[in-house]
Amino acid sequence: MKFLDNLWLALDALRSNLMRSILTTLGIVIGIFAVIAMVSIGEGAKSEITGQIEALGSNLLTVTPGRVSSGSSIGAFGSGTSLTQDHLALIEACPSVALAAPEVGSNMSVSVGKTSMITNIIGTTGPYAQIRNLGIERGLFFGTREEDAASRVAVIGAGVAEELFPNQDPIGLSMKIGNVKFTITGLLASKGQSGILSNDDVVYIPITTAQRRLLGARRGQLRAIYVTSKSEDVTDLAVAEIEQALLRDLKDPEAFNVSNQADLISVVEDMTTTMTLLLACIAGISLLVGGIGIMNIMLVSVTERIREIGIRKAIGAQEKEILLQFLLEAATLSLLGGLIGIALGATGAVLLSRALGWQAVVSIEAILMASGISLMIGLFFGVYPARKAARLDPIVALRHE
Amino acid sequence: MKHVVELRNITKTYVIGEIQVKALRGISFGIAPGEFVAIMGASGSGKSTLMNILGCLDQPTAGEYYLNNREVSNLSAAELARLRNRELGFVFQSYNLLPRLDAIHNVELPLIYAGVGLAERKERALAALERVGLTERAKHRPVELSGGQQQRVAIARALINEPKLILADEPTGNLDTASSLEIMQIFQELNERRGITVIIVTHEEDIAAFSKRILRFRDGLLIEDAPVVGKGAATHEISR
Ligand SMILES: Nc1ncnc2c1ncn2[C@@H]1O[C@H](COP(=O)(O)OP(=O)(O)OP(=O)(O)O)[C@@H](O)[C@H]1O
Ligand SMILES: [Mg+2]
Repeated sequence: MKFLDNLWLALDALRSNLMRSILTTLGIVIGIFAVIAMVSIGEGAKSEITGQIEALGSNLLTVTPGRVSSGSSIGAFGSGTSLTQDHLALIEACPSVALAAPEVGSNMSVSVGKTSMITNIIGTTGPYAQIRNLGIERGLFFGTREEDAASRVAVIGAGVAEELFPNQDPIGLSMKIGNVKFTITGLLASKGQSGILSNDDVVYIPITTAQRRLLGARRGQLRAIYVTSKSEDVTDLAVAEIEQALLRDLKDPEAFNVSNQADLISVVEDMTTTMTLLLACIAGISLLVGGIGIMNIMLVSVTERIREIGIRKAIGAQEKEILLQFLLEAATLSLLGGLIGIALGATGAVLLSRALGWQAVVSIEAILMASGISLMIGLFFGVYPARKAARLDPIVALRHE
Repeated sequence: MKHVVELRNITKTYVIGEIQVKALRGISFGIAPGEFVAIMGASGSGKSTLMNILGCLDQPTAGEYYLNNREVSNLSAAELARLRNRELGFVFQSYNLLPRLDAIHNVELPLIYAGVGLAERKERALAALERVGLTERAKHRPVELSGGQQQRVAIARALINEPKLILADEPTGNLDTASSLEIMQIFQELNERRGITVIIVTHEEDIAAFSKRILRFRDGLLIEDAPVVGKGAATHEISR
């Protein structure tokens, strides 16, 4: 008997009990879905993290304000009062620090004519572009000249440009931030999503302009200071120097926070590992349940078809041919479930990665592995029912009603 | 030895718990190529038990069975399956067709297990259906066929591997007189035109009258082995 004959037979048998077949494969579908999601999320997170390291450089440090010393405990990002321009100067003076740039900002309305949007307005200085690795698509980032003059110039993100200047080159055009008119001097390259926030919905203006014209009362407070060390080797040293300098001034070690990019990465990595483990558990359990489901339904199928088995044996089917018939049926069932799971898992991974701004990673290896697993499950859990079928005595089977 | 089938002192004993049922109690006979034999006897006399042994579906408790001059009573399950597939065709009282397959697919089944390719299978299955006069029913499934037609499909299936021996256990047991007649005429034609050895079990004298020799059984023993006399007359009588 040819393999193809057997395959056709298996498909036919599954088709004749379509609903039952679909329900039986559910466990495998969910299990394989979890496997694919697990691998994709794991690999997506890994490549995202690597991407971050490459984009930011591991010599990037972020200094943020911490607890307010006066006792008010509003310590959320940007709301503290501890960091000021003076601290920026202290940080710049540290020997291992290469560049430092302040950040102030707020969400404000930006408009051109009747079109307007709320976006993140960031006031900073020239080195910021270099420290944060901002890619300039067109025009220039501002520098000391604009800062000194508190010029009303703005560098806009790709998202803002798309919203306010669709199909236009925005360089040289003007827009309003609040009620203040700005000229656009630079356009940033698109950076895509990070989490649910778009990195492209942002407007950069000189910090002096921001403080004098837009921010009002809280003009002196910095949301963060971004720093690069002179090299990756001295990053830890730079952290120590900055902490020492700031502690001398602020007294309270809780009043500020110096974070290394590596800290952030390890947090994300921990999260990813937890998630992967969770998915692996779901995958393992549902694959086991799925396998048992297949064994169960194959046993039912063998019992229902005892007479058919008797007939086949009576006209000369060998034990191994009956065995192969039922084994192939179980394997096909499981593999089909696996393929459905792969399709769902891949779709899910793509959607999720789009939502998180990650690159979709559904690798060929993951697909092959998932197919292999589902095939193995079908074979493993199919052996017992298939042997039962193969060993039936032809006379007994033929007499069966 | 020039027998298609030769039995020497075949016994078959079923053991159910403490009870032993001696279904066959020492049967010996031979059947030469081209014979047409009817096996008769009361219910429970061991006819089906014998047919199952002859058809390699079951094995005797003791004794020797030569099929085409080869001792087969001690062969493995795999070798018996091969014999069932190649050397003989079995026709059952209850047709035993696969309900989900149409006629042509039922007929080609033994060829699948003989490893014959698709194109040749189709061709030979159609030819076999033609031989039993069912060409135009090739695409019909068993439920869409009458009992007589189903039995003709079963005969086509038994013929497909061109065996020299056809065994039929009460092939007309479920059929009316007209259909029985058709079936018996097919057997007669296979026997007379193609020299196939035919062994049938029947309870009816006028069915047995199609054969050339009748073996009568009682309580697991062969009690009479006689040629059919006035054969032409019997055939005439039934076809009236
Ligand atoms: N699998 C079995 N287990 C136990 N006893 C059996 C089995 N098969 C047949 N027998 C017994 O063997 C004897 C012969 O049965 P068999 O089926 O050969 O009779 P038969 O001549 O074909 O009868 P019928 O004309 O009714 O078909 C009977 O007494 C029956 O009860
Ligand atoms: Mg019987």
